Amino acid sequence: MDISTQNTHVPPPTPQRSGGTRKRGAGATRRGDQIFLGLSRGSGILLLVIMAAIAVFLTYRASLAISKDEGNFLTTFEWNTGLQPPVFGVAVLAFGTVVSSIIAMAIAVPIAVAIALFITHYAPRKLGGAIAYVVDLLAAVPSIVYGLWGALILVPHMNGLYGWLNDYLGWTGIFSWDEGAPRAMLTVGILLAIMILPIITNVSREVFRQVPQMHEEAALALGATRWEVIRMSVLPFGRSGVISASMLGLGRALGETMAVATVLSPSFDIQASLLNPGGGTFAQNIASKFNEATEFGRDALIASGLVLFVITLLVNGAARMIIARRKEYSGANA
Amino acid sequence: MSHAAVAAKRPSTLRGATLPNWSPWAIAAGSLAVAAGIGLAADLQSHIQWGLIAALLFLAGTYGIAARVEGRRQAKDRIATSLVWVAFVLAVIPLVSLIWVTVQRGVKVLDFYFLTHSMGVVADSEPGGGIYHAILGSLEQVALATAIGAPIGVLTAIYLVEYGRGSLAKAVTFFVDVMTGIPSIVAGLFILSLMLMFDMQPFGFAGSLALAILMMPVVVRSTEEMLKLVPNELREASLALGIPKWRTILKVVLPTSIGGITTGIMLSIARIAGETAPVLLLVFGNPFINANPFEGAQASLPLYIYQQYSQSAGSTAAYDRAWAASLTLIAFVMILNLVARGIARWKAPKTGR
Repeated sequence: MDISTQNTHVPPPTPQRSGGTRKRGAGATRRGDQIFLGLSRGSGILLLVIMAAIAVFLTYRASLAISKDEGNFLTTFEWNTGLQPPVFGVAVLAFGTVVSSIIAMAIAVPIAVAIALFITHYAPRKLGGAIAYVVDLLAAVPSIVYGLWGALILVPHMNGLYGWLNDYLGWTGIFSWDEGAPRAMLTVGILLAIMILPIITNVSREVFRQVPQMHEEAALALGATRWEVIRMSVLPFGRSGVISASMLGLGRALGETMAVATVLSPSFDIQASLLNPGGGTFAQNIASKFNEATEFGRDALIASGLVLFVITLLVNGAARMIIARRKEYSGANA
Repeated sequence: MSHAAVAAKRPSTLRGATLPNWSPWAIAAGSLAVAAGIGLAADLQSHIQWGLIAALLFLAGTYGIAARVEGRRQAKDRIATSLVWVAFVLAVIPLVSLIWVTVQRGVKVLDFYFLTHSMGVVADSEPGGGIYHAILGSLEQVALATAIGAPIGVLTAIYLVEYGRGSLAKAVTFFVDVMTGIPSIVAGLFILSLMLMFDMQPFGFAGSLALAILMMPVVVRSTEEMLKLVPNELREASLALGIPKWRTILKVVLPTSIGGITTGIMLSIARIAGETAPVLLLVFGNPFINANPFEGAQASLPLYIYQQYSQSAGSTAAYDRAWAASLTLIAFVMILNLVARGIARWKAPKTGR
C-alpha cells in the first residue's frame, strides 16, 4: 500500500481508505509489530551476545594455554610455546605496546589539536572545509598501506633523526643508538602518530565547532587576542572532548597490527633505548608468530590477545564515560 | 582640515601600533637568509638543519619584533598562530608523501594484465603475476560480511531509536560504543578460537564473520544518527492515520533516511575492506584463484600487500606489486568514500521545512 509513503508530504488521505485498512489489518498489525520488534531487539541482543562470546571464548582458549605455562604469564620475558614445558609471558609485549602508544600520543595529540584549531579558527573557511574533507579521507587509508609506506619510505628517512638524537641526547640512554636499521620503537611511535592523527583531529574539530559563539564573542569584546580567545573559551570548553578523542586514538594505537608488524624488527627483550630495534607489541606478536604456531601456540597467542582486549576495553570504556557526560558529540561516526 | 586630521589620528591611538600585513613574510625571508648564512658558515650538510634553524629564528624574530611594536600579548598571539601553521604543515608532509609515493610507485606495474592474473605460477621474488585472486577474495569476503553486518547493524539502530527504552537499550548503546574500539586482530582471534574448537581449516567466510563483527558497530552508530534526524512529525502523521508502527518505520522512517544509512554502510565497507589482521589469521592467503569462500584458503588485497612485503626477501618486483595493490586498494576505498559522501549530500535527510 502506497498510502503511507504519500503521507510524507501530503496531508491526510481519504478517510474511507485508511479506515478500511485498519479494520482489515488489525490482527496482522499486532503480529507484524511483534515480529519487527522481535527482529530489531534480537539484533541488539545479538550484539551483546557477540561481545560476551568474545570475552568467554578468548578466556577459555587462553586458560587452556596459561594452565600449561611454566613461566609467569604476566612477567616472563620469553615466548617459547614450542618448548616442553612451554614458557611464555606478555611482559615484553605489554611494555612495547605501552611505549609505542605513549610516543604516538605525545606526538599526535598536540598536532591533532593544533590542526583542529587550524580548521575551526585559523584557516579561511573554504580552506578549512577542504582540509577537513581531506582529513576525513585520510582516516580511511587502510593500515596496511601505512605499514608499507612506513617500512619502505619512513624507515630509510629516519636515519638522520636517529643520528641527531644520538649525538645530542644519547647520554640519556633513552636516545642512544647502535647504528642499526631504524626499525625501533621510536619509528613505530611516529608511524602510529601519523595513523591516529586523522581520528583525533576529526573528533576535536567537532568539539571545537560546538563552542558557544557567545563565549568567543564575549572574550573578543573584552579585547582578547585570538590566542587568548582559544585559551580562555575554546580549550576549557573542549577539554573533555579532546581527552576522549585522544583515548579513541589511543585505542587504535594499542590495537594496531600491520603497521607495527611491517616496521618493527622484533625481539623478546626490553630495550632501554627507543632507537635500538627490539621489543614487540601484542598485535604485532600475534601477526608475526601466527604462521609458525602450533595449536597450543595459537592458544598462547589468543591469551595475549585477551590481555589486549581487556586493555582496549578499559581505555575505550573510559573514553565513552567521558563523552557520555557531554552527549552532543560522540566520536563513533568519525 | 583639522577635523580630518583628528579623525585620521584617532584610530591609531585607540588600537595601538600594529605590524603591517607583510611583516610575517619579511621576517620569514630574513630568518631564511640568516639561517642559510649560518648553515654555510658552520658547514652544515643537512638542509633539514637549515630549515630548523630558520624556523627557530622565525619564531624568535616574530616574538621579538611583535613584542617591541605591539606588546607581549600580541606577540604570544602571533607565536600561537605560527605554531598552529607549523603543526599543520608537519602533518601534511607525511600524508602527502604517502599518497604521492603510492601513486608514483603503484602505476609502475598496474595494468590490465596485473588486474586479471593471479600469482599462481609466479614466485614471490619474480616479476609478473597479478592481483585477480586477491580482488576476487576481497570482494567475496567483504560482500558476505556486509550481508551479515549491515542488516544486523541497521536493525539494532532501529531498535535503539524507535523502540529502545530502559536498561537493555542503554547496555546496547554502551557496548556498541565499546565495540567500535575492538582491535581488528581481537575479532580475528575470537573467530579463530571458534575454528580451533571445531578443528576447521582457514576459509574465506571465517574472515567475513570477523569483518562483520568489526562492521556492525560502525553501521549502528551512523544509522542511529540518521534515524534521529527524521522529524517526529512524519512518524506522528503516519501513526495518526492508523498505520502500524512497523509499516511506519519501513515506509516512512527508512525511506526518509535511506541516503544517510547507505552512506554509513558504504563507509563501513571502506573500513573493513582494508583490514588485514583478521584475514591473516582466518583466510590465510593463497596464490591461486579460489572462488569459493566457504572452502579453502583465499587471498585478499590487504593480505596480498602484506605477504608481498614480508615474504619476498626484499625483491623489487614484489615491492612493485605491493605498491600497485596498495594503489588499487586505496582507489577502491577512496571511490567508496567519495560516492558515499556524494549520496549523503544528494539525499540529505529532509528535516522539516
